[in-house]
Amino acid sequence: MAVLAVGIALQRNLFAVVVLGGIYSFLMATVLVALDAVDVAMTEASVGAGVSTVLLLGALYLCGAEEARPLARPWLPLAIALVIVGALVYGTLGLPAFSDPQAPIHQHVVPRYLNEALRETGVPNVVTAVLASYRGYDTLGETVVVFTAGIGVIALLRVPRRRDGEPRR
Amino acid sequence: MTRLLVLRIVAKILIPFMLMFALYVQFHGDFGPGGGFQAGVIGAAAIVFYALIFGLPAARRMVPEPVVETMVALGVFLYAGVGLLGVALGGNYLDYFVLAADPVAGQHRGIFWVEAGVAITVSGVMLKIFYMFAGRRRDLEEGR
Repeated sequence: MAVLAVGIALQRNLFAVVVLGGIYSFLMATVLVALDAVDVAMTEASVGAGVSTVLLLGALYLCGAEEARPLARPWLPLAIALVIVGALVYGTLGLPAFSDPQAPIHQHVVPRYLNEALRETGVPNVVTAVLASYRGYDTLGETVVVFTAGIGVIALLRVPRRRDGEPRR
Repeated sequence: MTRLLVLRIVAKILIPFMLMFALYVQFHGDFGPGGGFQAGVIGAAAIVFYALIFGLPAARRMVPEPVVETMVALGVFLYAGVGLLGVALGGNYLDYFVLAADPVAGQHRGIFWVEAGVAITVSGVMLKIFYMFAGRRRDLEEGR
């Protein structure tokens, strides 16, 4: 995946970048399966590798597939990015070990979800129970966000009707 | 068009299974991985696949734009409606326990309709964005 990221950064042909991005998404989905997050992996594979690749190809069809050469060498952004990477890696050193049951995140509401979800909601998949029931407000918010994104795209890209009132097709 | 013969046949074989898989992910989300969001995206991806092989006009004939735009709003409406139904039946907003006589059955029913709302909105938005991007050049040429 690191090789792919470097390849995406260096590649000037945007078509290749889109294809590499799709491959990256599929690798990410595999990693998520390995982490037992199958729900997220399905989303990553279908959205990241599937639909957004097609959307990016559609955008390339509209605006051409060759990236313009940058005017200046972007050393400052590179330096900032490296500093942030260093800070994030330093931050991970303070995290509890991977899948440590004593980690703080597993002490708060997780035991209740895992123990009570089946009895309270009758839904064996805890992810679905948490998503749709315990965190129903959050999911409603997410749905509204998706809705807003759709409305925004419609508002930005809609081709206006003709002045004489005829529909556009 | 004849050189696309293999693609067209493969698409015709695959698309029913993709739609079926979307429904499976939707209705089996209670038991296995998946749910409204994934099902909506997979369903939209099947239509996008159809549009890629058979052309955008064919897809727009099969799933017309007004239907897609209605789906975008209908899903949110359904989700919020389930919440309001809970209020109307004497519970809190998005309270599923009051939706049926048995609280667990009420949870089941609430989750089902909420997930359906998510799936409808997500697939509507995905399709709408795809239609917008893919049809933009054509629309610009025909529109003015």
